[in-house]
Amino acid sequence: MALTDTSLGHIRPPVTDAELAYNARALEKDRRRENIQLLRLALPALAIVIILMVAPIGWLFSLSFVSEGGGLSLENYSRILTEGAYISIFVTTFKVAVLVTVFCVLLGYPVSYVLAMLPDRWAQLLLLAVLVPFWTSLLVRTYAWLVLLQRRGIVNETLDALGLIERPLALVNNMTGVVIGMVHIMLPFLIMPLYASMKSIDGNFMRAAANLGSSPGHAFRHVFLPLSMPGLIAGTMMVFVMCLGFYITPSLLGGGKVQMIAQRIEQSVSLFPTWGPASALAVVLLVLTAGFLALSWLIVRRLTANQ
Amino acid sequence: MESHVPHKQRLWLYALTALILIFLVLPTLIVIPMSFSSANSLAFPPPGWSMRWYESFFGQEKWLLSAWVSLRVAFGTMIVATTLGTAAAYGLHVGSFALRGTISSVLIAPLAIPSILLAIGMFFVYASAGLLNSMLGLVIAHTLVAIPFVLITMTAGFKTYDLSQEMVARSLGASRLKAFFTVTLPQLKFSVISAALLAFIVSFDEVVISVFISAGPNSTLTKVMFSTLRDDVDPTIAAVSTLMLIIATVPPLVLQLLANRKREP
Repeated sequence: MALTDTSLGHIRPPVTDAELAYNARALEKDRRRENIQLLRLALPALAIVIILMVAPIGWLFSLSFVSEGGGLSLENYSRILTEGAYISIFVTTFKVAVLVTVFCVLLGYPVSYVLAMLPDRWAQLLLLAVLVPFWTSLLVRTYAWLVLLQRRGIVNETLDALGLIERPLALVNNMTGVVIGMVHIMLPFLIMPLYASMKSIDGNFMRAAANLGSSPGHAFRHVFLPLSMPGLIAGTMMVFVMCLGFYITPSLLGGGKVQMIAQRIEQSVSLFPTWGPASALAVVLLVLTAGFLALSWLIVRRLTANQ
Repeated sequence: MESHVPHKQRLWLYALTALILIFLVLPTLIVIPMSFSSANSLAFPPPGWSMRWYESFFGQEKWLLSAWVSLRVAFGTMIVATTLGTAAAYGLHVGSFALRGTISSVLIAPLAIPSILLAIGMFFVYASAGLLNSMLGLVIAHTLVAIPFVLITMTAGFKTYDLSQEMVARSLGASRLKAFFTVTLPQLKFSVISAALLAFIVSFDEVVISVFISAGPNSTLTKVMFSTLRDDVDPTIAAVSTLMLIIATVPPLVLQLLANRKREP
Protein backbone atom coordinates (compact mmCIF):
# COMPACT_ATOMS: atom_id res chain seq x y z
CA MET A 1 0.00 0.00 0.00
CA ALA A 2 1.42 3.36 -0.97
CA LEU A 3 2.15 5.59 1.99
CA THR A 4 0.96 8.81 0.39
CA ASP A 5 -2.36 7.62 -0.93
CA THR A 6 -4.62 10.67 -1.20
CA SER A 7 -7.05 9.36 -3.77
CA LEU A 8 -9.64 8.38 -1.19
CA GLY A 9 -10.27 12.00 -0.31
CA HIS A 10 -8.67 12.08 3.09
CA ILE A 11 -5.15 13.18 3.85
CA ARG A 12 -2.92 10.74 5.71
CA PRO A 13 -0.95 12.19 8.57
CA PRO A 14 2.67 12.74 7.60
CA VAL A 15 4.88 9.64 7.88
CA THR A 16 7.01 9.76 10.94
CA ASP A 17 10.75 9.15 10.94
CA ALA A 18 10.19 6.16 13.16
CA GLU A 19 7.89 4.59 10.59
CA LEU A 20 10.40 5.22 7.80
CA ALA A 21 13.18 3.73 9.86
CA TYR A 22 11.03 0.71 10.62
CA ASN A 23 10.34 0.21 6.93
CA ALA A 24 14.01 0.57 6.04
CA ARG A 25 14.92 -1.97 8.69
CA ALA A 26 12.32 -4.43 7.46
CA LEU A 27 13.46 -4.05 3.86
CA GLU A 28 17.08 -4.44 4.87
CA LYS A 29 16.24 -7.61 6.81
CA ASP A 30 14.33 -8.95 3.82
CA ARG A 31 17.20 -8.19 1.51
CA ARG A 32 19.67 -9.89 3.78
CA ARG A 33 17.51 -12.99 4.09
CA GLU A 34 17.15 -13.17 0.34
CA ASN A 35 20.90 -12.80 -0.17
CA ILE A 36 21.57 -15.65 2.22
CA GLN A 37 19.14 -17.82 0.28
CA LEU A 38 20.87 -16.89 -2.98
CA LEU A 39 24.27 -17.62 -1.46
CA ARG A 40 23.01 -21.07 -0.47
CA LEU A 41 22.34 -21.85 -4.13
CA ALA A 42 26.07 -21.65 -4.82
CA LEU A 43 27.06 -23.80 -1.86
CA PRO A 44 26.69 -27.34 -3.32
CA ALA A 45 28.97 -26.48 -6.26
CA LEU A 46 31.32 -24.67 -3.92
CA ALA A 47 31.47 -27.66 -1.56
CA ILE A 48 32.56 -29.99 -4.38
CA VAL A 49 35.28 -27.61 -5.51
CA ILE A 50 36.54 -27.03 -1.97
CA ILE A 51 36.58 -30.70 -0.95
CA LEU A 52 38.05 -32.06 -4.17
CA MET A 53 40.30 -29.22 -5.25
CA VAL A 54 41.09 -26.58 -2.65
CA ALA A 55 41.61 -28.96 0.28
CA PRO A 56 43.87 -31.52 -1.46
CA ILE A 57 45.96 -28.76 -3.03
CA GLY A 58 46.35 -27.14 0.35
CA TRP A 59 47.39 -30.50 1.73
CA LEU A 60 49.94 -30.98 -1.08
CA PHE A 61 51.23 -27.53 -0.30
CA SER A 62 51.82 -28.39 3.35
CA LEU A 63 53.30 -31.79 2.42
CA SER A 64 55.88 -30.10 0.24
CA PHE A 65 57.44 -28.49 3.31
CA VAL A 66 57.89 -31.78 5.16
CA SER A 67 61.27 -33.46 4.81
CA GLU A 68 61.86 -37.22 4.57
CA GLY A 69 62.56 -37.37 8.26
CA GLY A 70 59.19 -35.76 8.99
CA GLY A 71 60.49 -32.33 10.03
CA LEU A 72 59.60 -28.98 8.60
CA SER A 73 62.08 -27.99 5.91
CA LEU A 74 62.71 -26.71 2.41
CA GLU A 75 64.55 -29.93 1.56
CA ASN A 76 62.10 -30.90 -1.21
CA TYR A 77 62.44 -27.56 -2.91
CA SER A 78 66.21 -27.54 -2.73
CA ARG A 79 66.19 -31.06 -4.19
CA ILE A 80 64.09 -30.18 -7.21
CA LEU A 81 66.07 -27.01 -7.80
CA THR A 82 69.51 -28.62 -7.60
CA GLU A 83 69.25 -32.26 -8.72
CA GLY A 84 70.09 -32.68 -12.39
CA ALA A 85 67.14 -34.99 -13.11
CA TYR A 86 64.64 -32.39 -11.92
CA ILE A 87 66.38 -29.51 -13.65
CA SER A 88 66.27 -31.33 -16.97
CA ILE A 89 62.52 -31.85 -16.45
CA PHE A 90 62.05 -28.11 -15.99
CA VAL A 91 64.20 -27.41 -19.05
CA THR A 92 62.21 -29.87 -21.18
CA THR A 93 58.89 -28.50 -19.95
CA PHE A 94 59.83 -24.91 -20.76
CA LYS A 95 61.35 -25.87 -24.09
CA VAL A 96 58.17 -27.66 -25.17
CA ALA A 97 55.92 -24.88 -23.86
CA VAL A 98 57.92 -22.13 -25.60
CA LEU A 99 58.15 -24.01 -28.91
CA VAL A 100 54.45 -24.86 -28.93
CA THR A 101 53.48 -21.30 -28.01
CA VAL A 102 55.69 -19.76 -30.71
CA PHE A 103 54.28 -22.07 -33.39
CA CYS A 104 50.74 -21.40 -32.21
CA VAL A 105 51.27 -17.64 -32.53
CA LEU A 106 52.89 -17.97 -35.96
CA LEU A 107 50.07 -20.17 -37.26
CA GLY A 108 47.21 -18.68 -35.28
CA TYR A 109 47.72 -14.99 -36.02
CA PRO A 110 47.27 -15.15 -39.81
CA VAL A 111 44.28 -17.47 -39.47
CA SER A 112 42.55 -15.21 -36.95
CA TYR A 113 43.33 -12.19 -39.11
CA VAL A 114 41.83 -13.70 -42.25
CA LEU A 115 38.79 -14.97 -40.33
CA ALA A 116 38.22 -11.51 -38.84
CA MET A 117 38.43 -9.89 -42.30
CA LEU A 118 36.09 -12.32 -44.04
CA PRO A 119 32.33 -11.73 -44.23
CA ASP A 120 30.56 -13.34 -41.27
CA ARG A 121 28.99 -16.14 -43.27
CA TRP A 122 32.38 -17.33 -44.53
CA ALA A 123 34.06 -16.85 -41.20
CA GLN A 124 31.39 -18.95 -39.44
CA LEU A 125 31.96 -21.78 -41.90
CA LEU A 126 35.75 -21.68 -41.64
CA LEU A 127 35.54 -21.43 -37.85
CA LEU A 128 34.12 -24.95 -37.94
CA ALA A 129 37.59 -26.06 -39.03
CA VAL A 130 38.83 -24.66 -35.72
CA LEU A 131 35.93 -25.89 -33.62
CA VAL A 132 35.73 -29.51 -34.81
CA PRO A 133 39.25 -30.35 -33.57
CA PHE A 134 38.53 -28.31 -30.44
CA TRP A 135 35.56 -30.53 -29.59
CA THR A 136 37.33 -33.73 -30.53
CA SER A 137 38.90 -35.73 -27.73
CA LEU A 138 42.56 -35.06 -27.20
CA LEU A 139 43.14 -38.81 -27.22
CA VAL A 140 41.61 -39.16 -30.67
CA ARG A 141 43.83 -36.42 -32.04
CA THR A 142 46.94 -37.78 -30.36
CA TYR A 143 46.19 -41.18 -31.88
CA ALA A 144 45.78 -39.58 -35.31
CA TRP A 145 49.23 -38.01 -35.04
CA LEU A 146 50.69 -41.33 -34.01
CA VAL A 147 49.35 -42.73 -37.29
CA LEU A 148 50.45 -39.77 -39.40
CA LEU A 149 53.93 -39.34 -38.01
CA GLN A 150 55.14 -42.93 -37.73
CA ARG A 151 58.12 -44.18 -39.72
CA ARG A 152 55.99 -45.38 -42.61
CA GLY A 153 53.19 -42.93 -41.97
CA ILE A 154 51.59 -40.61 -44.47
CA VAL A 155 53.93 -37.68 -43.73
CA ASN A 156 57.09 -39.68 -44.32
CA GLU A 157 55.62 -41.46 -47.36
CA THR A 158 54.60 -38.15 -48.93
CA LEU A 159 58.00 -36.57 -48.34
CA ASP A 160 59.60 -39.69 -49.76
CA ALA A 161 57.36 -39.69 -52.84
CA LEU A 162 58.25 -36.05 -53.44
CA GLY A 163 61.91 -37.01 -53.27
CA LEU A 164 62.52 -34.64 -50.36
CA ILE A 165 64.00 -37.24 -48.02
CA GLU A 166 66.05 -40.38 -48.46
CA ARG A 167 65.34 -42.05 -45.14
CA PRO A 168 62.14 -41.73 -43.08
CA LEU A 169 62.38 -38.92 -40.54
CA ALA A 170 61.96 -39.69 -36.87
CA LEU A 171 58.84 -37.61 -36.30
CA VAL A 172 57.34 -39.39 -33.32
CA ASN A 173 58.55 -40.73 -29.98
CA ASN A 174 60.64 -37.61 -29.62
CA MET A 175 60.38 -33.87 -29.08
CA THR A 176 59.22 -33.24 -32.67
CA GLY A 177 56.19 -35.46 -32.25
CA VAL A 178 55.26 -33.91 -28.93
CA VAL A 179 55.51 -30.38 -30.32
CA ILE A 180 53.50 -31.17 -33.47
CA GLY A 181 50.76 -32.91 -31.48
CA MET A 182 50.56 -30.17 -28.88
CA VAL A 183 50.49 -27.33 -31.43
CA HIS A 184 47.52 -29.08 -33.01
CA ILE A 185 45.75 -29.30 -29.69
CA MET A 186 46.58 -25.77 -28.52
CA LEU A 187 46.00 -23.83 -31.74
CA PRO A 188 42.21 -23.43 -31.26
CA PHE A 189 42.87 -22.00 -27.77
CA LEU A 190 44.89 -19.22 -29.40
CA ILE A 191 42.69 -18.64 -32.45
CA MET A 192 39.39 -18.29 -30.59
CA PRO A 193 40.26 -15.41 -28.21
CA LEU A 194 42.41 -13.74 -30.86
CA TYR A 195 39.67 -13.93 -33.49
CA ALA A 196 37.15 -12.52 -31.01
CA SER A 197 39.39 -9.59 -30.10
CA MET A 198 40.26 -8.83 -33.75
CA LYS A 199 36.57 -8.94 -34.58
CA SER A 200 35.93 -6.17 -32.07
CA ILE A 201 38.55 -3.82 -33.57
CA ASP A 202 36.77 -0.86 -35.16
CA GLY A 203 37.42 -0.90 -38.92
CA ASN A 204 37.32 2.89 -38.93
CA PHE A 205 40.78 2.99 -37.34
CA MET A 206 42.27 1.23 -40.34
CA ARG A 207 40.27 3.41 -42.71
CA ALA A 208 41.47 6.53 -40.90
CA ALA A 209 45.08 5.37 -41.14
CA ALA A 210 44.68 4.74 -44.88
CA ASN A 211 43.05 8.13 -45.24
CA LEU A 212 45.99 9.79 -43.54
CA GLY A 213 48.36 8.22 -46.01
CA SER A 214 49.45 5.00 -44.33
CA SER A 215 50.38 2.15 -46.60
CA PRO A 216 48.44 -1.04 -45.74
CA GLY A 217 51.57 -2.57 -44.20
CA HIS A 218 52.26 0.52 -42.14
CA ALA A 219 48.64 0.72 -40.97
CA PHE A 220 48.74 -2.94 -40.00
CA ARG A 221 51.92 -2.58 -37.95
CA HIS A 222 51.01 0.68 -36.25
CA VAL A 223 47.25 0.38 -35.86
CA PHE A 224 45.95 -3.17 -36.18
CA LEU A 225 48.79 -5.05 -34.50
CA PRO A 226 48.79 -2.94 -31.31
CA LEU A 227 44.99 -3.12 -31.13
CA SER A 228 45.09 -6.91 -31.40
CA MET A 229 47.72 -7.18 -28.65
CA PRO A 230 45.38 -7.79 -25.68
CA GLY A 231 43.75 -10.76 -27.45
CA LEU A 232 47.12 -12.06 -28.61
CA ILE A 233 48.68 -11.86 -25.17
CA ALA A 234 45.69 -13.44 -23.45
CA GLY A 235 45.68 -16.32 -25.96
CA THR A 236 49.45 -16.76 -25.89
CA MET A 237 49.63 -16.89 -22.11
CA MET A 238 46.76 -19.36 -21.95
CA VAL A 239 48.49 -21.67 -24.41
CA PHE A 240 51.81 -21.38 -22.58
CA VAL A 241 50.28 -22.10 -19.19
CA MET A 242 48.29 -25.06 -20.48
CA CYS A 243 51.45 -26.50 -22.03
CA LEU A 244 53.27 -26.40 -18.68
CA GLY A 245 50.84 -28.90 -17.16
CA PHE A 246 50.34 -31.16 -20.18
CA TYR A 247 50.35 -34.86 -19.53
CA ILE A 248 48.59 -37.03 -22.13
CA THR A 249 50.21 -35.91 -25.39
CA PRO A 250 53.83 -35.91 -24.17
CA SER A 251 53.29 -39.34 -22.63
CA LEU A 252 51.94 -40.83 -25.85
CA LEU A 253 53.91 -38.99 -28.54
CA GLY A 254 57.16 -38.59 -26.60
CA GLY A 255 57.84 -42.30 -26.41
CA GLY A 256 59.25 -41.92 -22.90
CA LYS A 257 61.96 -39.59 -24.13
CA VAL A 258 60.21 -36.33 -23.35
CA GLN A 259 59.78 -35.90 -19.61
CA MET A 260 57.63 -33.00 -18.53
CA ILE A 261 56.59 -31.88 -15.03
CA ALA A 262 53.17 -33.57 -15.13
CA GLN A 263 54.62 -36.95 -16.12
CA ARG A 264 57.13 -36.76 -13.30
CA ILE A 265 54.36 -36.03 -10.81
CA GLU A 266 52.34 -38.96 -12.13
CA GLN A 267 55.29 -41.32 -11.81
CA SER A 268 55.87 -40.32 -8.23
CA VAL A 269 52.26 -41.14 -7.39
CA SER A 270 52.27 -44.56 -8.96
CA LEU A 271 55.85 -45.71 -8.52
CA PHE A 272 57.37 -44.26 -5.40
CA PRO A 273 56.15 -44.07 -1.86
CA THR A 274 58.13 -40.89 -1.27
CA TRP A 275 55.92 -37.96 -1.89
CA GLY A 276 58.11 -35.03 -0.89
CA PRO A 277 59.77 -33.92 -4.14
CA ALA A 278 56.63 -34.63 -6.16
CA SER A 279 54.52 -32.41 -3.94
CA ALA A 280 57.10 -29.65 -4.27
CA LEU A 281 56.97 -30.16 -8.03
CA ALA A 282 53.18 -29.89 -7.91
CA VAL A 283 53.40 -26.66 -5.93
CA VAL A 284 55.93 -25.23 -8.38
CA LEU A 285 53.64 -26.13 -11.30
CA LEU A 286 50.71 -24.48 -9.55
CA VAL A 287 52.68 -21.34 -8.73
CA LEU A 288 54.00 -21.08 -12.30
CA THR A 289 50.49 -21.49 -13.69
CA ALA A 290 48.96 -18.92 -11.35
CA GLY A 291 51.91 -16.55 -11.81
CA PHE A 292 51.78 -16.53 -15.60
CA LEU A 293 48.00 -16.15 -15.61
CA ALA A 294 48.22 -13.21 -13.21
CA LEU A 295 50.98 -11.68 -15.34
CA SER A 296 48.90 -11.98 -18.49
CA TRP A 297 45.94 -10.44 -16.72
CA LEU A 298 48.07 -7.48 -15.61
CA ILE A 299 49.56 -6.92 -19.06
CA VAL A 300 46.19 -7.11 -20.78
CA ARG A 301 44.69 -4.70 -18.25
CA ARG A 302 47.50 -2.21 -18.78
CA LEU A 303 47.24 -2.47 -22.57
CA THR A 304 43.50 -1.96 -22.62
CA ALA A 305 43.76 0.92 -20.15
CA ASN A 306 46.24 2.69 -22.45
CA GLN A 307 43.94 2.45 -25.40
CA MET B 1 35.68 -5.30 -41.03
CA GLU B 2 36.88 -5.16 -44.60
CA SER B 3 40.41 -4.67 -45.79
CA HIS B 4 41.85 -2.17 -48.24
CA VAL B 5 44.27 -4.47 -49.92
CA PRO B 6 42.95 -6.07 -53.12
CA HIS B 7 42.21 -9.77 -52.74
CA LYS B 8 44.76 -10.67 -55.39
CA GLN B 9 47.64 -9.29 -53.34
CA ARG B 10 46.56 -11.36 -50.40
CA LEU B 11 46.37 -14.69 -52.14
CA TRP B 12 49.43 -15.89 -50.23
CA LEU B 13 47.66 -15.08 -46.96
CA TYR B 14 44.53 -16.98 -48.01
CA ALA B 15 46.63 -19.94 -49.13
CA LEU B 16 48.49 -19.96 -45.83
CA THR B 17 45.21 -19.84 -43.90
CA ALA B 18 43.80 -22.68 -45.96
CA LEU B 19 46.89 -24.78 -45.24
CA ILE B 20 46.67 -24.11 -41.50
CA LEU B 21 42.97 -24.93 -41.43
CA ILE B 22 43.72 -28.18 -43.26
CA PHE B 23 46.41 -28.90 -40.66
CA LEU B 24 43.72 -28.47 -38.00
CA VAL B 25 40.96 -30.53 -39.59
CA LEU B 26 42.59 -33.36 -41.52
CA PRO B 27 44.36 -35.14 -38.66
CA THR B 28 41.10 -35.06 -36.77
CA LEU B 29 39.19 -36.68 -39.60
CA ILE B 30 41.85 -39.18 -40.61
CA VAL B 31 40.66 -41.65 -37.98
CA ILE B 32 37.48 -42.22 -40.00
CA PRO B 33 39.11 -43.88 -43.05
CA MET B 34 41.58 -45.58 -40.68
CA SER B 35 38.74 -47.25 -38.84
CA PHE B 36 37.52 -48.98 -42.03
CA SER B 37 40.95 -50.32 -42.89
CA SER B 38 41.41 -54.01 -43.53
CA ALA B 39 45.03 -53.97 -42.43
CA ASN B 40 46.40 -54.90 -39.05
CA SER B 41 48.91 -52.07 -39.27
CA LEU B 42 48.52 -48.33 -39.17
CA ALA B 43 49.18 -48.01 -42.90
CA PHE B 44 47.62 -44.99 -44.50
CA PRO B 45 45.94 -44.93 -46.95
CA PRO B 46 44.51 -48.33 -45.97
CA PRO B 47 45.31 -51.15 -48.39
CA GLY B 48 41.68 -52.33 -48.30
CA TRP B 49 38.41 -51.76 -46.53
CA SER B 50 36.62 -53.76 -43.86
CA MET B 51 34.45 -53.52 -40.76
CA ARG B 52 36.78 -55.68 -38.68
CA TRP B 53 37.76 -52.95 -36.21
CA TYR B 54 34.13 -52.18 -35.47
CA GLU B 55 33.55 -55.92 -35.02
CA SER B 56 36.54 -55.96 -32.72
CA PHE B 57 35.11 -53.05 -30.73
CA PHE B 58 31.64 -54.51 -30.41
CA GLY B 59 33.07 -57.95 -29.71
CA GLN B 60 35.31 -57.05 -26.77
CA GLU B 61 33.98 -56.65 -23.30
CA LYS B 62 36.63 -54.12 -22.26
CA TRP B 63 35.54 -51.66 -24.94
CA LEU B 64 31.79 -52.13 -24.57
CA LEU B 65 31.89 -52.03 -20.80
CA SER B 66 34.04 -48.91 -20.67
CA ALA B 67 31.96 -47.15 -23.32
CA TRP B 68 28.88 -47.87 -21.23
CA VAL B 69 30.63 -46.55 -18.10
CA SER B 70 31.65 -43.37 -19.94
CA LEU B 71 28.16 -42.75 -21.28
CA ARG B 72 26.55 -43.23 -17.87
CA VAL B 73 29.14 -41.04 -16.13
CA ALA B 74 28.74 -38.33 -18.79
CA PHE B 75 24.96 -38.46 -18.39
CA GLY B 76 25.20 -38.26 -14.60
CA THR B 77 27.70 -35.42 -14.82
CA MET B 78 25.46 -33.57 -17.23
CA ILE B 79 22.52 -33.72 -14.79
CA VAL B 80 24.50 -32.89 -11.63
CA ALA B 81 26.79 -30.24 -13.10
CA THR B 82 24.01 -28.46 -14.97
CA THR B 83 21.83 -28.37 -11.85
CA LEU B 84 24.54 -27.25 -9.43
CA GLY B 85 26.17 -24.90 -11.93
CA THR B 86 22.90 -23.23 -12.89
CA ALA B 87 21.90 -22.82 -9.24
CA ALA B 88 25.28 -21.27 -8.46
CA ALA B 89 25.17 -19.01 -11.52
CA TYR B 90 21.69 -17.78 -10.55
CA GLY B 91 22.64 -17.16 -6.92
CA LEU B 92 25.82 -15.34 -7.88
CA HIS B 93 24.14 -13.29 -10.59
CA VAL B 94 21.10 -12.17 -8.59
CA GLY B 95 22.57 -11.96 -5.10
CA SER B 96 24.65 -9.08 -3.86
CA PHE B 97 26.72 -10.50 -1.02
CA ALA B 98 30.31 -9.68 -0.24
CA LEU B 99 31.87 -13.00 -1.24
CA ARG B 100 30.34 -13.08 -4.71
CA GLY B 101 33.55 -12.42 -6.64
CA THR B 102 35.59 -14.83 -4.58
CA ILE B 103 33.07 -17.64 -4.91
CA SER B 104 32.84 -17.35 -8.67
CA SER B 105 36.64 -17.30 -8.95
CA VAL B 106 36.87 -20.48 -6.88
CA LEU B 107 34.18 -22.14 -9.01
CA ILE B 108 35.98 -21.24 -12.24
CA ALA B 109 39.44 -22.21 -10.93
CA PRO B 110 39.24 -25.89 -12.02
CA LEU B 111 39.51 -24.56 -15.57
CA ALA B 112 42.90 -22.97 -14.89
CA ILE B 113 44.48 -25.60 -12.68
CA PRO B 114 46.46 -28.30 -14.52
CA SER B 115 44.40 -31.48 -14.60
CA ILE B 116 47.32 -33.51 -13.29
CA LEU B 117 47.06 -31.56 -10.02
CA LEU B 118 43.30 -32.04 -9.82
CA ALA B 119 43.87 -35.73 -10.54
CA ILE B 120 46.40 -36.42 -7.79
CA GLY B 121 44.39 -34.37 -5.31
CA MET B 122 41.24 -36.33 -6.05
CA PHE B 123 43.16 -39.59 -6.03
CA PHE B 124 44.16 -39.02 -2.40
CA VAL B 125 40.76 -37.72 -1.28
CA TYR B 126 39.03 -40.69 -2.91
CA ALA B 127 41.57 -43.17 -1.56
CA SER B 128 40.70 -42.13 1.98
CA ALA B 129 36.97 -41.78 1.29
CA GLY B 130 36.70 -45.16 -0.46
CA LEU B 131 35.43 -43.59 -3.66
CA LEU B 132 38.22 -44.84 -5.93
CA ASN B 133 37.01 -46.78 -8.96
CA SER B 134 33.39 -45.97 -8.27
CA MET B 135 30.74 -44.49 -10.56
CA LEU B 136 29.76 -41.95 -7.92
CA GLY B 137 33.36 -40.82 -7.58
CA LEU B 138 33.68 -40.36 -11.34
CA VAL B 139 30.47 -38.35 -11.56
CA ILE B 140 31.52 -36.01 -8.73
CA ALA B 141 35.02 -35.60 -10.15
CA HIS B 142 33.74 -34.80 -13.63
CA THR B 143 31.15 -32.46 -12.13
CA LEU B 144 34.00 -30.44 -10.66
CA VAL B 145 35.60 -30.15 -14.10
CA ALA B 146 32.29 -29.31 -15.79
CA ILE B 147 31.08 -26.69 -13.28
CA PRO B 148 33.18 -23.82 -14.74
CA PHE B 149 31.75 -24.46 -18.20
CA VAL B 150 28.17 -24.50 -16.90
CA LEU B 151 28.80 -21.44 -14.74
CA ILE B 152 30.27 -19.40 -17.61
CA THR B 153 27.53 -20.42 -20.04
CA MET B 154 24.68 -19.77 -17.60
CA THR B 155 26.11 -16.48 -16.33
CA ALA B 156 26.28 -15.26 -19.92
CA GLY B 157 22.67 -16.41 -20.33
CA PHE B 158 21.46 -14.62 -17.19
CA LYS B 159 23.20 -11.44 -18.32
CA THR B 160 21.05 -11.28 -21.44
CA TYR B 161 17.90 -11.85 -19.43
CA ASP B 162 15.82 -9.11 -17.84
CA LEU B 163 15.31 -10.16 -14.24
CA SER B 164 12.41 -7.77 -13.74
CA GLN B 165 10.25 -10.34 -15.54
CA GLU B 166 10.77 -12.61 -12.57
CA MET B 167 9.87 -9.71 -10.27
CA VAL B 168 6.63 -9.25 -12.21
CA ALA B 169 5.76 -12.91 -11.79
CA ARG B 170 6.48 -12.70 -8.07
CA SER B 171 4.48 -9.51 -7.61
CA LEU B 172 1.60 -11.37 -9.24
CA GLY B 173 1.84 -14.01 -6.55
CA ALA B 174 4.24 -16.65 -7.89
CA SER B 175 6.79 -17.98 -5.44
CA ARG B 176 10.44 -17.37 -6.30
CA LEU B 177 10.84 -21.03 -7.26
CA LYS B 178 7.75 -21.01 -9.44
CA ALA B 179 8.76 -17.73 -11.07
CA PHE B 180 12.19 -19.18 -11.85
CA PHE B 181 10.90 -22.41 -13.35
CA THR B 182 7.98 -20.98 -15.30
CA VAL B 183 9.26 -17.57 -16.36
CA THR B 184 13.06 -17.46 -16.29
CA LEU B 185 14.14 -20.97 -17.19
CA PRO B 186 12.01 -21.40 -20.35
CA GLN B 187 13.54 -18.25 -21.78
CA LEU B 188 17.06 -19.47 -21.03
CA LYS B 189 16.38 -22.87 -22.61
CA PHE B 190 19.14 -22.40 -25.12
CA SER B 191 21.79 -21.60 -22.50
CA VAL B 192 20.72 -24.57 -20.40
CA ILE B 193 20.96 -26.95 -23.36
CA SER B 194 24.39 -25.58 -24.29
CA ALA B 195 25.61 -25.90 -20.72
CA ALA B 196 24.29 -29.46 -20.43
CA LEU B 197 25.90 -30.52 -23.70
CA LEU B 198 29.20 -28.97 -22.68
CA ALA B 199 29.07 -30.81 -19.36
CA PHE B 200 28.35 -34.08 -21.17
CA ILE B 201 31.25 -33.67 -23.59
CA VAL B 202 33.67 -32.46 -20.92
CA SER B 203 32.96 -35.61 -18.92
CA PHE B 204 32.96 -37.95 -21.91
CA ASP B 205 36.34 -36.65 -23.14
CA GLU B 206 38.00 -36.29 -19.75
CA VAL B 207 41.22 -38.34 -19.58
CA VAL B 208 43.71 -37.38 -16.91
CA ILE B 209 41.46 -37.59 -13.85
CA SER B 210 39.78 -40.75 -15.14
CA VAL B 211 43.16 -42.40 -15.59
CA PHE B 212 43.85 -41.84 -11.88
CA ILE B 213 40.50 -42.58 -10.27
CA SER B 214 38.89 -45.25 -12.43
CA ALA B 215 39.91 -48.87 -12.80
CA GLY B 216 38.60 -52.37 -13.33
CA PRO B 217 34.96 -52.69 -14.36
CA ASN B 218 34.46 -48.96 -13.81
CA SER B 219 37.19 -47.82 -16.18
CA THR B 220 36.10 -45.08 -18.56
CA LEU B 221 36.53 -45.37 -22.30
CA THR B 222 39.29 -42.75 -22.22
CA LYS B 223 41.19 -44.68 -19.53
CA VAL B 224 41.06 -47.91 -21.59
CA MET B 225 42.07 -45.98 -24.70
CA PHE B 226 45.00 -44.34 -22.93
CA SER B 227 46.38 -47.58 -21.54
CA THR B 228 45.87 -49.37 -24.86
CA LEU B 229 47.68 -46.59 -26.70
CA ARG B 230 50.52 -46.74 -24.23
CA ASP B 231 51.07 -50.48 -24.61
CA ASP B 232 50.55 -51.12 -28.29
CA VAL B 233 48.62 -49.47 -31.03
CA ASP B 234 45.54 -51.59 -31.64
CA PRO B 235 43.66 -50.34 -34.74
CA THR B 236 40.40 -50.88 -32.81
CA ILE B 237 41.25 -47.45 -31.40
CA ALA B 238 40.52 -45.95 -34.83
CA ALA B 239 36.98 -47.34 -34.60
CA VAL B 240 36.64 -46.07 -31.01
CA SER B 241 37.97 -42.68 -32.11
CA THR B 242 35.45 -42.43 -34.92
CA LEU B 243 32.61 -43.20 -32.51
CA MET B 244 33.97 -40.63 -30.03
CA LEU B 245 34.32 -38.07 -32.78
CA ILE B 246 30.65 -38.52 -33.65
CA ILE B 247 29.46 -38.38 -30.05
CA ALA B 248 31.52 -35.27 -29.25
CA THR B 249 31.07 -33.20 -32.41
CA VAL B 250 27.56 -33.83 -33.68
CA PRO B 251 25.64 -32.28 -30.75
CA PRO B 252 27.62 -29.01 -30.70
CA LEU B 253 27.41 -28.78 -34.50
CA VAL B 254 23.64 -29.09 -34.33
CA LEU B 255 23.60 -26.51 -31.57
CA GLN B 256 25.76 -24.13 -33.61
CA LEU B 257 23.42 -24.46 -36.57
CA LEU B 258 20.41 -23.83 -34.34
CA ALA B 259 22.12 -20.75 -32.90
CA ASN B 260 22.87 -19.40 -36.37
CA ARG B 261 19.30 -19.95 -37.46
CA LYS B 262 18.03 -18.24 -34.34
CA ARG B 263 20.18 -15.19 -34.99
CA GLU B 264 18.85 -14.78 -38.51
CA PRO B 265 15.26 -13.51 -38.48
